Amino acid sequence: MPKRLTLKDYFSESQLFNRRIITSTLLVSLLALSLIIRFVYLQVIEHKRYIILSHHNQVTLLPIAPNRGLIYDRHGVLLAENLPVFSLEIIPDHVKDPKETITQLKKIINISNDDIEQFYKSIKQHRPFEPIPLKLKLTEEEVASFYVNQYHFPGVVVNARLIRHYLMGSALSNVTGYVGRINAEDLRHIDTANYGDTNFIGKVGIEKYYENELHGKVGYQQAEVDAGGHIFRVLKRIPPIPGDDLYLTIDSRLQIAAIKALGKERGAIVAIQPKTGQVLALVSHPSYDPNLFVTGINAKDYQKLQNSPAKPLYNRAIRGRFPSASTIKPFFALEGLDSHIITPNTTIKDPGWFKLPNNNHIYHDWKPGGHGLVNVSKGLIVSCDTFFYQLAVNLGITRMVDILNRFGFGRVTSIDLAEEMPGLVPNPTWKRGALGTSWYTGDTIILGIGQGFMLTTPLELANATATLANRGQHFKPELMLSLKHPDATETQTEPLLKDSVMLNNNQAWGVVIDAMQKVITSTLPWGTGYSFGRNPAYTIAAKTGTGQVYSFARNHVAQDQLPKHLRDHSLFIAFAPVENPEIALAVIVENSPIAPIVARKVMDYYLITEKNQIEAP
Amino acid sequence: MKQYNFLTGTYQNPAKRLVSAFWQKFHIDLSLLMLVLILSVMGLFILYSASTENWSVVNRQIIRLLLGLTIMIALAQIPPRKYYQWTPWLFGMGITSLVAVLIVGTISKGAQRWLDVGLFRLQPSEIMKLAVPMMVAYFLNNKILPPSKQAIFLGSLMFLIPALLTAKQPDLGTALIITCAGFCVLLLAGINWSLVGITGLISVVGSPILWHFLHAYQRQRVLTFLNPERDPLGVGYHIIQSKIAIGSGGVFGKGWLNGTQSHLQFLPEHATDFIFAVCGEELGLIGCIILLSIFLTITARCLYISTQAQNTYTRLLAGSLALTFFFSFFVNIGMVIGILPVVGLPLPLVSYGGTSLVTLMASFGIIMSIHTHRKLLGS
Repeated sequence: MPKRLTLKDYFSESQLFNRRIITSTLLVSLLALSLIIRFVYLQVIEHKRYIILSHHNQVTLLPIAPNRGLIYDRHGVLLAENLPVFSLEIIPDHVKDPKETITQLKKIINISNDDIEQFYKSIKQHRPFEPIPLKLKLTEEEVASFYVNQYHFPGVVVNARLIRHYLMGSALSNVTGYVGRINAEDLRHIDTANYGDTNFIGKVGIEKYYENELHGKVGYQQAEVDAGGHIFRVLKRIPPIPGDDLYLTIDSRLQIAAIKALGKERGAIVAIQPKTGQVLALVSHPSYDPNLFVTGINAKDYQKLQNSPAKPLYNRAIRGRFPSASTIKPFFALEGLDSHIITPNTTIKDPGWFKLPNNNHIYHDWKPGGHGLVNVSKGLIVSCDTFFYQLAVNLGITRMVDILNRFGFGRVTSIDLAEEMPGLVPNPTWKRGALGTSWYTGDTIILGIGQGFMLTTPLELANATATLANRGQHFKPELMLSLKHPDATETQTEPLLKDSVMLNNNQAWGVVIDAMQKVITSTLPWGTGYSFGRNPAYTIAAKTGTGQVYSFARNHVAQDQLPKHLRDHSLFIAFAPVENPEIALAVIVENSPIAPIVARKVMDYYLITEKNQIEAP
Repeated sequence: MKQYNFLTGTYQNPAKRLVSAFWQKFHIDLSLLMLVLILSVMGLFILYSASTENWSVVNRQIIRLLLGLTIMIALAQIPPRKYYQWTPWLFGMGITSLVAVLIVGTISKGAQRWLDVGLFRLQPSEIMKLAVPMMVAYFLNNKILPPSKQAIFLGSLMFLIPALLTAKQPDLGTALIITCAGFCVLLLAGINWSLVGITGLISVVGSPILWHFLHAYQRQRVLTFLNPERDPLGVGYHIIQSKIAIGSGGVFGKGWLNGTQSHLQFLPEHATDFIFAVCGEELGLIGCIILLSIFLTITARCLYISTQAQNTYTRLLAGSLALTFFFSFFVNIGMVIGILPVVGLPLPLVSYGGTSLVTLMASFGIIMSIHTHRKLLGS
């Protein structure tokens, strides 16, 4: 049946519209009435109550900042505390003209322009009746001069505040990080209600990573306040909940010993306890004093730190990317033995160079003349490049990338620091994407001795060394040992076993570790770790590495003839004791060959000195 | 001598006829103009107090108002048929700009509401406040009313899509206005009340899903509305303080300029979204009712104009703009007196601020145009 054609009925449509308008008018009137009823409720019925509330003696809700949790090392040595200071503060709500008030205050107390700038910035981030610090850390004299003149300054108060203080200064700054003043960016990410009356927040490091645990929960007091902002009666108080105290896995004495061992040289040291993954030391040297950042470092000092060529602000331990150099050889040796591409007896003749058949390119060994007959053991002991060039060719890039990935290279370790960066394990896909060229066999060959595109961080190296020490078991690196809650209960961190390395041929571990022991002890041939020193009081397995900074035709120029910044880096990985390892270490020293010497000092301190101290009565 | 008007059957004073002819020539509806001026002036007095006697703030607002009035009068000159012709283009441009704003916003990773078009800033969501009701009215103009289910569905898309795009910016307040404008057109076109009821039910039932899409700060606002004590130092502070301000005004108010200024000094919102609280505190119940009456009278005048309009497009447009105007001041006042959650909508023509003022004046201009371009027999 065809659809009936309907014409617009203009009359009835306008009637419909008018009806709708009438309905809408009724609706509008009802809603307007509801508004008027509410007006009457507020302004007539509840009027008396609101008049009282709006009086000079107002009831205000003042937040009470929680105490920030303290940070200790694993033995209970205090690293970060909260020190009481007096600070000069203004309550914007109670001050008619802040500019004028500040001008007057400057006459009796020294206030810098930085302070004033910071003050105006902070006003925007706080409620009007929250006191805003104008100057933190008043001296006793300044406190006195203010109190004498206080009646001139309604709305200005002196508050006792707690300021974070780091007792170890620059020794632990790259672990603890620091707290700083809350800024607009921070406000976007926090629950501002919980941060009323708090001016500081963790910016970097542990302070930032565990901000929620360390901060605690804000409290309130409901108080009657007069026009000057003085509390003259507290009606209700909800106490704040302090933050948890945090115990780090770091051994601060070991950390300091490690820094001392580096001396004037720049570098990084990471020490991990293999059977738990706990990080015993995380050193980046030189470092910075975090106390400078707490109240706001001034621009000049900051520029100095930023522009210093030694880069004290750069956390080398977790962000520094270095070529692993020969320290990577044990891992390739493991893969070679595990996949039966080589056996412990597979031997090559090393003339001091390596060449692919049908190719003229020469790859040099570090020792001119070569090492003669070399098997995998000797290859590790003397760090024979030729052996590992050949091994790389036989393994192929896929196997090499695989074993590196299994040991955690090329990705973050998920340690509890947000600033961690991964190293780089190159492969054909990566190279095509990043550099736009295809993978050459030469790339595989030099990867065999840890040169080329591969980069690793000291943490990654230490992490892999710990896995090696455990013969494959891997625990995630941890910085937090435990949290102590305000109610005196404790939460311990359980070691997290994950991503362990399984081998098909478990003999391989023994071969490699045995060879690594001889790196230190062997005299015929000389192990490359000889500078570690003779006769350590513990068994130790290690591998050295040399990161070339400046390479040119192989007429080895003596290192001390080069300017400092062009000298080779030295690397050293080790774990001790061999049978039941207590410490796994990665040391990188920039522009200096002393990595084994540094490692010796660190190992001796941890395994001998500290043990004696603990056992001594 | 009195003249006899054959159409209306009444006598009329010739002087009066000249005067009304004058206003008619300039396409200005005198009543609406007067009401808008009265509201603006009252608003300026309140603003002066809320801004703590800051002349520069008031001056800037006066300039904005003058600009707005100019735009209103200019738009009143344009005949409604032109608006009808331009509607689809305006709507298309508006949608494109909304999408462009979102794209630019995702690129610069910020909350983006406008496009910098060299000379001036274009805020597409503001344009949509006008373009959406125009488009829905345009769409329904030659459809049978009450609209069929298909027409309702398509019409709904026309306001829901721009509203969603706006809400993503995120600008929840303007998105609400756009939704209201579009919905009012449908309402006045005669959609079934039961349909309205079902939609209401669905939105109540579906609000948990909506909850999921709200940003953290928006959720905070709703939670705080339900219990201001929850965040007494944050959003709750505004509501608590404004209730105290209004309540303490009593019947006669504390007097102009006598509000507790110290509370308002560091809260710029008191010159913008919460300005009604100043009216309540200083002018009391009487002042609030007067202000509300002016708003309601403007609404009534616009609704009357819509009944006198001569075709579907103009009727729906004028009616929707009138109801949307009511909605915007109802939501603002409701928020300030604590019966609605904080949405971030300013009080029209009184709050300090520019963009929504211009759009509002433009909508009054369109309404005036609709009223003064009617074809009257024999006048």
